[in-house]
This record gives sequence, structure tokens and C-alpha cells, in this order.
Amino acid sequence: MPMNDAAFQPGPSTPVPLSEDDVLVSSRPKYVGKPVQRLEDPRLLTGAGRYVADMVINRMVHVAFLRSDQSHARILAIRTEAARAATGVIGVYTAADFSDIPPVVATSRMRNYHATSNPALAVDKVRYVGEPVAVVVAKSRYLAEDALALIEVDYEPLDAVIEPEAAAASTTALLHDQFGTNVIFERVFQTGEASQVLAAAPLSVKGRFRFHRKSPLFMENRSYLAEYDRGRDLLTLHSSTQIPGIVRDVLSSLLAMPGKVRVVAPDVGGGFGGKGSLYQEEIIVSALARKLGRPVKFVSDRMEDLASSSQGFDELVEAELGFDETGRFLALKADVLGDIGAYSIYPWTAALEPVQVVSFLPGAYKIPNYFGRVRGVATSKAPTGPYRGVGRPTSVFVLERLVDMAAHKLGMDPKDLRHRNLVGADEFPYRIGSGIIWERSGFVECLDRACEVIDYEALRQRQQAARKQGRWLGIGIATYAELTGIGSRISVAPGMPINTGNESATVRIDSTGAVTAIFGVASHGQSLETTLAQIVAEELGVRPQDVEIVHGDSAATAHGTGTYASRSAVIGGGAAILTTRALREKVKRVASHLLEASVEDIETGDGRIFVRGTDHQITFAELARAVYSDMQTLPLDKREKLEASESFDPYLGTTTTATHIALVEIDPETYGVKLQRFVVAEDCGRMINPLVVDGQVHGGVAQGIGAALLEELVFDGQGQLLTASLVDYMVPTAVEVPAIEVSHLESVLPNNPGGFRGMGEGGTIGAPAAVANAIADALAPLGIEIFELPATPERLFRLISAAGAIPGKAGAGFPSGIAQETNAMEE
Amino acid sequence: MRMSRTVDIELTVNGESFAETVEPRLLLSDFLRETLGLTGTHVGCEHGICGACTVRVNGVSARSCLMFAVQADGATVETVESLGTVSSLHRIQEAFRKHHALQCGFCTPGFLMTVKDLLERHPLTTNADIRDGLSGNICRCTGYDHIVKAVRELANERDGVAS
Repeated sequence: MPMNDAAFQPGPSTPVPLSEDDVLVSSRPKYVGKPVQRLEDPRLLTGAGRYVADMVINRMVHVAFLRSDQSHARILAIRTEAARAATGVIGVYTAADFSDIPPVVATSRMRNYHATSNPALAVDKVRYVGEPVAVVVAKSRYLAEDALALIEVDYEPLDAVIEPEAAAASTTALLHDQFGTNVIFERVFQTGEASQVLAAAPLSVKGRFRFHRKSPLFMENRSYLAEYDRGRDLLTLHSSTQIPGIVRDVLSSLLAMPGKVRVVAPDVGGGFGGKGSLYQEEIIVSALARKLGRPVKFVSDRMEDLASSSQGFDELVEAELGFDETGRFLALKADVLGDIGAYSIYPWTAALEPVQVVSFLPGAYKIPNYFGRVRGVATSKAPTGPYRGVGRPTSVFVLERLVDMAAHKLGMDPKDLRHRNLVGADEFPYRIGSGIIWERSGFVECLDRACEVIDYEALRQRQQAARKQGRWLGIGIATYAELTGIGSRISVAPGMPINTGNESATVRIDSTGAVTAIFGVASHGQSLETTLAQIVAEELGVRPQDVEIVHGDSAATAHGTGTYASRSAVIGGGAAILTTRALREKVKRVASHLLEASVEDIETGDGRIFVRGTDHQITFAELARAVYSDMQTLPLDKREKLEASESFDPYLGTTTTATHIALVEIDPETYGVKLQRFVVAEDCGRMINPLVVDGQVHGGVAQGIGAALLEELVFDGQGQLLTASLVDYMVPTAVEVPAIEVSHLESVLPNNPGGFRGMGEGGTIGAPAAVANAIADALAPLGIEIFELPATPERLFRLISAAGAIPGKAGAGFPSGIAQETNAMEE
Repeated sequence: MRMSRTVDIELTVNGESFAETVEPRLLLSDFLRETLGLTGTHVGCEHGICGACTVRVNGVSARSCLMFAVQADGATVETVESLGTVSSLHRIQEAFRKHHALQCGFCTPGFLMTVKDLLERHPLTTNADIRDGLSGNICRCTGYDHIVKAVRELANERDGVAS
């Protein structure tokens, strides 16, 4: 299989024109596109990485949070005296001790949006199990936890608000009384006349889909360490965050410390969106560090992380697709109810996830009429926030299921129906019914490539043979498109209060000749220390290992929001290119003076600066010495500061597409789904590092497989989280994830400096739908459709049982018709 | 009630002898990280599922979050710091780097210690064997494919089989 199909296909149309600079680049060593080994690896492999939990500072104290054990209750009293007297306890604090800190409010420009007031510690009421109520500071985490057990809270239980439909309908059981409703927002997207067209459509399929709540489940639990320099009134928060710049900005305001707050993300153990929001614990440890004048550390344990880190997805979608007898899509209508949990998370707002479901629902297809309504409803569960894929895993699940159902109804192959309706190569730019505009990307090409790699026709024949043996073997296709590297024209989240559309870079050569490149992004597994170094190295003419990448530190840049939303390669990479090109011009000007050659003849590569076609050369160290240290060689006006800083805003977004195909077999005894093959064909534009691209796809697909088969945060009727350990919240291990076959296409380069398309989330977007379609395809002889994910063995057992097709004890794998008869006789 | 009693223990960690006084309830993982400052051993769940804290105790793979430090009295413990260094990686570490078998790196020390054990004890005839062997460690970033490739290369090398 072409696992590393590094050979780029030239784009079939309008290649980006070669500039003079590109010609020069072509004669320098190429690093972009090469499987460069990662520069961050040696420290991470040897246990020399530095995560927040690893950090120790003199006089450091530890905190533990008392979290609500009620999902919705009024706080009547909190008694902390016994805890204060416990061994090693330095202090016990409740909301009353932080009354000077205003609540966090994620405002939105959306009309009729109810912005919740999010306190750092619960005030008067608790709204989910796991919400922080009090905090103990002690000499060790062990002692802090001892003291937690001595705090008493009197709660007056209120009605739990659990089921999203009941929550939306209720006017009495309200999470936030002041709104008079649990519906936090409602929005409609409309193009054409979907209802009328659907009513008149020759054919249609519909379903009521449920995509359950997930945990991002990064391996490093959230961890924070705040230190306060009382002499300078400076606060530094070391945070396992994806968004140090955003946290810096909001903490400065909440703590009224403008210019005095620095937020640093050191090595961060995964995030997947779950570390992409502001957390109460970040505010509390920061406030405590200032209050106590000591470093204050919080390291979450797995249970509190499962209970309190932002959760993902969780939508109920009713959708209908109308089409004609030839399979041409006519109209799509959808009603989405997003269970947002108790609060609207900062800065994304509660609209982020559910609104994206509706805005991406028309997908990569030509559907002339669209009506989509979305509501976000507050429930007494932990807040939802960004999780890899954001909205699109649900929208792709729903739409791709409808497409397969339509194919089934038409008696048409699912691949052929997709072909009939996908936006074709000559139809870009294409505006879908929600208003999103797709730019040229290989929608059809990815479908074709994925089918070719998996040998689709042969697989269908194999399936026929398997069905004759009564085996439940299924093939599922999912084709999707997404927007990545989103610029300032379109908010990452609708109406959100901050601009996430640009990033800046600063690249400098210091007096030793060393190159440092500084970014506002915050790598937490994405390999940006390598990929950004590849870009800078190639543009400047040094080696990747010669470039020190600084990232994840709010003090390093004036503004930068971090790493999320598949943006860092496109926006950070774009800034890297523009900045390094500006610096290279300076290098050439200085070198032309030193080498006594014209600027046009100066070239760089491998850490050398030379005159093209000659042996005249200097090193970057010699250049730096001439500029900074040696007062003889260069006249004053030629000593240019070897530093450049540029920012990049793609303004719009970049379209990324892929097709995933899953081959599954369902075990007739355990009802477990075994993935036999998984193929991805994707178009991420120019790859910076194919190893890294493959790794991102693999990881995303694994999370999508987890979302499809295993992962679900389960709450009982009282709002208790029943899956608060890794025993109960199951993520895929190496056994559940198959080898993932990735094929890369490059239809045409997108219009940004590097020709990059974001691709960090895509795996999680396509995989759930592909797996769901494969399961439905496996069970098609039983007339079973999949409307709910994860498709756990229990759910499959119930579906198959309801279809009257439970195989008898002796007969794992006899034809379904016999199974149905047997079952009927038993009943 | 909190136990105030402490226990004296002696053990060898990565070839170095230590004599320390610890609370009986102190986890081995916390002992390694906080008492000895060996922060390469990571704690991901504290209930023995994720495998990030995997070390070797008397040559056998163990979850350091499921052991108390006092249980390691007299033992020989190896952590990720016993493998290679930044400038001279261990062969397992090299293979992980070559195949991009780590992303955020948090689970990696546990995987490396597990792989060391697998290579010493198991034939790893098929990639399914490798996946079985790795199934006690959770990685949320890589989707495991590159880890399996790295271990395949190491197993082949061990067995003198061409990759």
C-alpha cells in the first residue's frame, strides 16, 4: 500500500506561478516535503521533556479542588473549618474569597445569544458534577486531598437537567434562571426552499441521529503552575494549554494585571481541543499564587479531568435528504439540538460545536436547497467545548448516512451516488447552502483514489461471498470537506469575541549566527518545532536543526492565539514564510556588501551564504559577526538588524477534503466491530513533512474509530458521570485500531504562501461516518440502519435483536433469513 | 485518619542506590517523580489503565501508579531515564524517532519500557502480536500504526530478519 505516497502529483490546473524567489529556492536544499525526523523527539524520548507536572519551584504549594457531587443544586453552606485545621493545610478558599474576580463571560455577536456567567468557583449554585466549589492549598497534593474530605457542603438539590429535548422544552428546571429558558441560542441557515422541494421530491430518506458526548482525553491531565514575583508584581502561569496568548489576555483582565501576566505552555501532552479553552483552575491557581506569594501547582487526576475538562460533540439531529430517481440531490433539511452542558465556554462560546454541525451539514455535495436550524441547550453536565473535528464529525456522520440510505433506496452503489453529487473539479468555487464557499480541492479525486487503494469493486465481490456465508461484512465510505487555517473574515466560532485569523512570526539571527524563530502557536504534539523549522530552514538557507523554534509563550509575541482548528501549518507556516523571506532579503543585502557581489547573485543554503557560481562564501556566523560585533568590515549604514517580523492572515479559510473507507466485520457472538481495513485519501495541499501528516491522519482516525465504536460519556438521570475512569470511558488501544492506509493527493495548491491546507482534525471528521456506514452496510440484509454512535456491542445487539436476527447458539454466521425464522420460532 | 508513620526503604533505581524515608501510602510513581526527581515516568490515570507510568521492577514490567514505594524496598527499578540520552539514543528510542512513533510524547516513556519488555520476552511473530503486546498502553496521538512499525523493525532486528 502507498503508506507514504510522497510523490506529489502536479496540480491539473493553475499552478502557483513561479516567482524569482521560487527559482532560487529550487537551487537550495529542500526541507519542506521531506520526512525530516522530529527535533522535539530526543528530549521526549529520554524523559527529558518538561511538562507542567514535572516542574518544581522553591516554596511551591499544591492545590486540590472540592468538586460538586450534585449536578444541579443550590449551595446553602460550605464549612471549611476542619479542613483549615488539617495537617499541612495552608488555606481553604471558596468563591467568597475571590469576589474581586469577575465571572468569565464568553460573549457572542450572535443575535439572541444568552452568554452564561461562568464563575471560577461555584457561586450560590452548582450546575454539573465536577464543578469546582472550594480549593485547598497544602504542602503536598496528598495532604490537600486529605483536607478535601473534611469540607462539608450543604446542597439543596434542584431538578437535574439531563435530556436535551426535555431541557429545551422546560420553563421550570432552568440552569440559568435569568434567561427564562435553557435554549442558549438558536440559528437558522437557509438557501432556496428546502421544505417545499422536499415535499415535492420524488424520493427522500430521513433519520433521527444521535452522536453522543465524548472526552478529548489527552494523555496528560490538565496541569497548571502559577508563580508570582512579588518584587515585580509579575504573574507567570505555566499551563498545559493550547492557547497561551488567549489565556494571557483574559487573565490580565480578570486579575486586573495588564502587562503583568505571562502564560507559558511548556511540553503539553496532547489537547485535541480539550486544552483549548480557559479553565477555572487556571484562574484560581493564578489568583492564589498572587494571594499567597508562593508558587501554586494543580495537577488534575484522571477522574476530575474526565468530569471537568470540556467535553465534545453531543448532538441530536433530525435530517431529511430529498433526491430524484437519478440520484440527484434536491434538498436537505436538518434540525440540530446541541447539548452544550452547563456553561458557554471561553472564548469559543457554546455556539462553536452545534453551529458547525449545521453550517457544514451540506458537505461536499451540490444540494441546491438547504434549511438548517440549530439550537444549543444548557444541561447540568460539564460544558462542551472544542474537540477534534468540532461539529463536522456529527454533520458528516448524518449526511454520509443519509447518502448511503439514499443509495440503498435507489439501488445504486454508494460510490456512484457520491460521484453524481460531489462538487466537481470545474465547479469551484462552490457555495453550499449554509454559505460556506469551497475552493478548489480534490473532492472527486479523493473518492476515486480511496476506492482505487482499497480495490472497491473487488471488495464488493468479496462482500457478496461473505454474505452468502451469513457474515456481517460491511464497506463504508465517507467523503467530507472542511475549512482549515481560517482567517479573520470568518470566525472560528460564530460571533466569538476574539480574532483568531492571524499569526505572526519573528525570525532573527543572533550575534553568534544562530537562528531563532518565534511564533504565537503552541505545539502540543503537532510537531511544529520540526515543521516550522523545516520552513524557516528552507527559506533562509540553513538546516532545520539550526533553527530554534520558540512557541507557546505569551511573552514571546505581542499577539498569538495558539494551536487549534487545523490552523498552525497554514497560518503559522504562512507567517514563517513571509517573515523568513523578509529576513533573507536583509541577509542578501549585507552579504552582497561583504562578498562584493550584486544582491541578485547572492544565494544561501546549508548554513552558507555564497555568490552563485563561485566559491566565494561566508557562514551565517561570519555574517552575524560582521553585522553585530566587528566594527571594521561593514559601514554603519550597512549593519542591518538581522531580524524580521511579519504576520499572516489568510482572510478566508482553506478547503481540505478526504475520503475515508472502512471495511468492518461484526462478530456474531460478541457484537464487537472489527476494523479490517481503513483507507484515507486526502488532499492537504503541499505536505511539510509526510511523516507528520501520516501521523496526524492516523491519530485522528483512531479518535474517530473510538467515537464510532467505544467512546461515550454516560450520565445517569441525576447527572452523575458513570464513565469517570479509563475502565469505563474506553479509548482505542493498538488492538482496536487497524493499520491505516493513507494516500495523499495534491489537486491544486491553495492560495496561501506555502500552499498548505490544514489537516490536523480530518481523521476524526471522516472516520465515524465511514465506520457507521460500514456497520450499516454489514447489517443491510437485516434492514438495520445506524442512527446512533457509538455503535457499541450493546447497541448493535439491541438493533439486531429488534430485527429478529440473533443467531442461534450453534450458528454464528448463518444466513440472516434463517436467523430471523429461528428467532421467530423461539419467540 | 492520615497515617503519620513513615518507612525507611532502600532500592536501586537506574543503577543508583537510594535510601529514603517515605509514607506507606506514597505511590511508586510519585516517589520516582517527586522524591527522586525522575520525571520521565509519567502519570496518566493512576488506576493502572493507561500505562504511561510503566517501569521495570526487578526486570519485570510494572505500573508504578499501582505500587507503593514501600513495595519497591530492596528492588531494582528501571525507568525511561535508564535508556539512552539525548545525544545517544537507545535503539528503541531511535526506532521510535525514525518511524514518528510519538507526537506529544506523554505516553512515550511507558511505551518504551513496555517495548523493552516485549522484545526481551515475546516472539512478536505477527504485527497482531505486537498490537496485543502494546494494548496495555494508551496513546491518544499516533493511532499506534507508527509504533507498531517501530516495534516490527526492532523485533526483526533482534531476530536477524530483514525489515
